[in-house]
Amino acid sequence: MSYVIIGNSVAAVGAIEAIRRIDKEMPITVISDEPYAVYSRPLISELLAGQVKQEMMGYRSPDFYERHGVEAKLGTRVVSIDPKKKTVKTEAGESIGYNKLLIATGGTPFVPPMKGRELGRVMTFIKMDDAKRIEEMLPELKHVVVIGAGLIGLKAAESLHHRGVKVTVVELANRVMATVLDVEAGKVVQDALENAGVDIVTGDTVDEILGDTAGLVNGIKMQSGEALDCDAVIVAIGVVPNAAFAKASGVEVNRGIITDDHMRTNLPDVYAAGDVTEGLDYLSGDNRVMPIWPNAYIQGKIAGFNMAGEDREFTGGLAVNSIELFGVPVVTAGMSNVDSDDLEVLKKSAGYAYRKIVLRDNKVVGAVLVGNIDRAGLVTGLIREQIDISGMRERLLADDFGYIDFPVELRKERLGVAL
Amino acid sequence: MKTYQLPEVKIERDKDRCIDCQVCVRQCAFEAHIVDEDGEVYSEDEKCVACQRCVSLCPTNALTIKDNKPFVKDNANWTAETQKYIWKQAETGGVLLTGMGNPKPYPIYWDHMLLNASQVTNPSIDPLREPMELRTYLGSKPDKIDIKMVDGEPVLNTKLAPQLMVKTPILFSAMSFGAVSYSVCEGLARASKELGTFWNTGEGGLPQNLYEYGPNTIVQVASGRFGVHSEYLDAAAAIEIKIGQGAKPGIGGHLPGEKVGAEVSRTRMIPVGSDAISPAPHHDIYSIEDLSQLIFSLKEATEYTKPISVKISAVHNVAAIASGIARAGADIIAIDGFRGGTGAAPTMIRDNVGIPIELAIAAVDTRLRDEAIRNRVSVIAAGGFRNSADVIKAIALGADAVYLGTAALVAMGCHVCQMCYTGKCNWGIATQDPYLEKRLNPDVAAERLFNLVRGWSHEIAEMLGGMGLNAIESLRGNRLHLRSIGLSTEEMDILGLQAAGSPMA
Amino acid sequence: MKRVYTKEEACIGCRLCEVHCLTEHSRSKNIIKAHKKEFPRALSRVLVEELRPVSFAVQCRHCDEPVCVEACITGAITKDESGKVVHDEEKCVGCWTCVLVCPHGAPRRDLERKKVAKCDLCPDRETPACVEMCPNRALVYEER
Ligand SMILES: Cc1cc2nc3c(=O)[nH]c(=O)nc-3n(C[C@H](O)[C@H](O)[C@H](O)COP(=O)(O)OP(=O)(O)OC[C@H]3O[C@@H](n4cnc5c(N)ncnc54)[C@H](O)[C@@H]3O)c2cc1C
Ligand code: SF4
Ligand code: SF4
Ligand code: SF4
Ligand code: SF4
Repeated sequence: MSYVIIGNSVAAVGAIEAIRRIDKEMPITVISDEPYAVYSRPLISELLAGQVKQEMMGYRSPDFYERHGVEAKLGTRVVSIDPKKKTVKTEAGESIGYNKLLIATGGTPFVPPMKGRELGRVMTFIKMDDAKRIEEMLPELKHVVVIGAGLIGLKAAESLHHRGVKVTVVELANRVMATVLDVEAGKVVQDALENAGVDIVTGDTVDEILGDTAGLVNGIKMQSGEALDCDAVIVAIGVVPNAAFAKASGVEVNRGIITDDHMRTNLPDVYAAGDVTEGLDYLSGDNRVMPIWPNAYIQGKIAGFNMAGEDREFTGGLAVNSIELFGVPVVTAGMSNVDSDDLEVLKKSAGYAYRKIVLRDNKVVGAVLVGNIDRAGLVTGLIREQIDISGMRERLLADDFGYIDFPVELRKERLGVAL
Repeated sequence: MKTYQLPEVKIERDKDRCIDCQVCVRQCAFEAHIVDEDGEVYSEDEKCVACQRCVSLCPTNALTIKDNKPFVKDNANWTAETQKYIWKQAETGGVLLTGMGNPKPYPIYWDHMLLNASQVTNPSIDPLREPMELRTYLGSKPDKIDIKMVDGEPVLNTKLAPQLMVKTPILFSAMSFGAVSYSVCEGLARASKELGTFWNTGEGGLPQNLYEYGPNTIVQVASGRFGVHSEYLDAAAAIEIKIGQGAKPGIGGHLPGEKVGAEVSRTRMIPVGSDAISPAPHHDIYSIEDLSQLIFSLKEATEYTKPISVKISAVHNVAAIASGIARAGADIIAIDGFRGGTGAAPTMIRDNVGIPIELAIAAVDTRLRDEAIRNRVSVIAAGGFRNSADVIKAIALGADAVYLGTAALVAMGCHVCQMCYTGKCNWGIATQDPYLEKRLNPDVAAERLFNLVRGWSHEIAEMLGGMGLNAIESLRGNRLHLRSIGLSTEEMDILGLQAAGSPMA
Repeated sequence: MKRVYTKEEACIGCRLCEVHCLTEHSRSKNIIKAHKKEFPRALSRVLVEELRPVSFAVQCRHCDEPVCVEACITGAITKDESGKVVHDEEKCVGCWTCVLVCPHGAPRRDLERKKVAKCDLCPDRETPACVEMCPNRALVYEER
């Protein structure tokens, strides 16, 4: 009998580290279809850009599994769960019994049905192998079209640009990173990309991927009718939870696996964490998929504690994004781009620097900082703790906003006691 | 208009060492260091008061403050200083103000007295191996004592007047809250408790938070009667009536309104921002009889449980005045010599009025002995005690204990720049500016004061042992343990000292 | 565990803690070289906030449940057995996620190196440099 974790990424690590804080005995088995020890998925763009070497990709030290008493079954895919027998079955037919099971299978890139999607060099970009594959074909790439100007698409574009490849990004919305950035901030980021030489097409999308006789991409056609020659296409329009096999095994799935405040699924002793879930959003109070790294770790941690018998509640995830493109840092937190009558927006911009704070009932619920992002966490902390900002409202937009602006008692409490 | 006054110091910054950290810029309340738009630090010499704060804090030792006395043509009469004063007054039309004690090169008699030590016939005592008593009781002693034998044990049959017991004959002298910062008061109070001695509130009242140190506190009642109320008197171990202060005999005090913030206002019981003026005389004291009334009023108010001290400055008639005070019923007389410090005094008065404490101690002790009333009072000497040798000499001359003022401030960081009256003390001592006041951490202040007095006490014990004495009692007024050097016969006469080289009588 | 705590009533805003922190984290550990000769210059991990007369130094609190550790996308920040939250410069890629999540605003951006600089409690010294060099004992290193 053991803890079994499907998926070997950050949510899994969060769970392992939490379990071992409570239970040092019972074995843990981690099963992943990827052949690597846990690595930092977000770094695949730096790997492609040549800024991070392969051996620095590890998210934990090489002895992580050994130190934590974990058996890692890598390159192994799980195909089903039998909640009655409390076993999981692998693609190779092996059946592995669990005491407590965690589903941490993350997401799969969403590739919409479009003509030409089966062509060679139509790729997605979420795994280390994706980066390696692109690396191999680099000599043949002159122009690449990236579909989708979200975080992953833009990171891919930047990396390719660093490697001397001409990139065009095609985005259906009217601006880049439309889910988290408003028009102003989107413009700053777009300018930075364009100034560096990346072409951005907004308000349009790819209708058809064109191929040559060898079955390789040689161009695209857009909705507007415009066509472009290119050697490869990277589809980066979103990631959907990797929950199909779980659903088939009886796990309740909406867009993602539905979890309660202890990261439990509907099946006994089966938990879920990370990009695969549809967990609680702290600010809205609704459940939604929040595919970001910190949230995956925290959900994994909460799941781990509960699996090991320590009651811990998940109080909800907070959307935070940090990205730097061509030297322009951008961070967002919470409801950074929501329009609603009950929200009040404070903002200021100077040059490419931009600072926006979103308030609801005198509490910060969202923020966007571009350029000077120093100490952004102070604002994130205000969001997470829903602190009344009446006394510091005027200072929220200041570049040097700090603890000095906090009410004295709160500041002393914060500095005197570790959180 | 441009001032005619010439800069007196030069600030040298070693550019090879300076890292432009701006510590000096932030530390100088006189704004002598400035940073330009490029982040480079430079200085304006004429603003510097040579407090050495920046030098102490500069992390690279890049700074030196140098003497840059302007050269004025040789003239013993019209010295640079005299000219400076004239320029200043010609510019302002005001009274010249200053802080700290008399800096003039009047004779320092301590440096003309030598202590004795035992050799062979009367062996010296090693204070590390043998008990050495520095404990001193301050207060009126009876003319005679009556002892009864009860079951073969002696029992004291005389009712003693209240006494202050100090573990070492060193107390901290009056420095008022307002003139000095709260941190100074707290430092003094805490050190006193640790040391088993006393600090003195001065005329500024006792800040509420320091009431817990009451058992180690002497409270003052001065002409302004600031902060005097029954709780204040009750809290104290002793009460001191302040008649005069060595740095400015004959004149009152003036705490400018800027220094009267919320806490000073509450403590002094005066409105925030109002000037606190202490009249030159107590308006109810015009004779020894009046003084006696106040002494006994205070005794009545505290039910004869606390010694009453009277503090005067050392003036020409000090001996006769002391005799009057003793007869008026005081338990302690505190005498402040002309090198005694102050937060603010007119320069001319500080530098020209009063007499040295050495002469005053000798004159008072002699007079009280001659009148056979020396036992009725204890004498605390004050005014410029610089080290343990000064202290032990004062005791040999006839004092019971001494008050430290300036030395205590120096221990806390004061560099005697004499700018106390500006309220901009860079060391957080003579200021009420909360930004500057923080520079003196009471923890640090208390520790440094404790260390200083402990060090001095060790040295006193050492010197006593050397003289073959094992108790400070045995030295008090024992002028045979002192010899003078380089003094006129008249001075020797007043001091009651024989010349160095003359044999023990 | 022992942490550095600020005593705001004693902090005089001199910023010597910053000077000495920078020096301690320089290559030479020589104050003058560190400030004048080393490029890129080291960065102080302590920040003094000031609005006269109030000032205080802020550095990483070495949180019990550090959100930076949870958020760091490279695994560069970890909490070691002693409770110290340690940052591995080698691994850090300057993604600024910790800057975004730390509620104390403790991690600082080293723009020259594109790495984060964060208090490490001075592993080469018994008492952290800021604490030892503070001229007014406004910083203490103690267990609370
Ligand atoms: C290029 C890129 C950049 C990113 N940058 C950021 C960023 O800067 N900041 C941020 O917060 N987030 C970023 N993200 C998102 C972040 O990586 C994810 O939120 C995070 O990886 C989610 O972790 P997880 O543990 O839930 O799942 P994943 O990391 O998705 O891992 C799931 C694992 O499970 C395996 N698996 C799936 N199904 C099975 C199965 N049936 N059997 C066995 N194994 C299976 C998968 O192969 C995978 O290895 C980025 C993502 C990408 C792709
Ligand atoms: S404190 Fe010293 S090193 Fe710092 S700027 Fe001033 S002179 Fe230069
Ligand atoms: S006044 Fe003091 S701090 Fe200012 S420059 Fe002169 S010595 Fe330095
Ligand atoms: S060194 Fe000490 S007093 Fe100076 S700024 Fe830092 S914490 Fe404050
Ligand atoms: S960096 Fe911030 S979140 Fe991380 S341990 Fe330090 S104070 Fe806590």
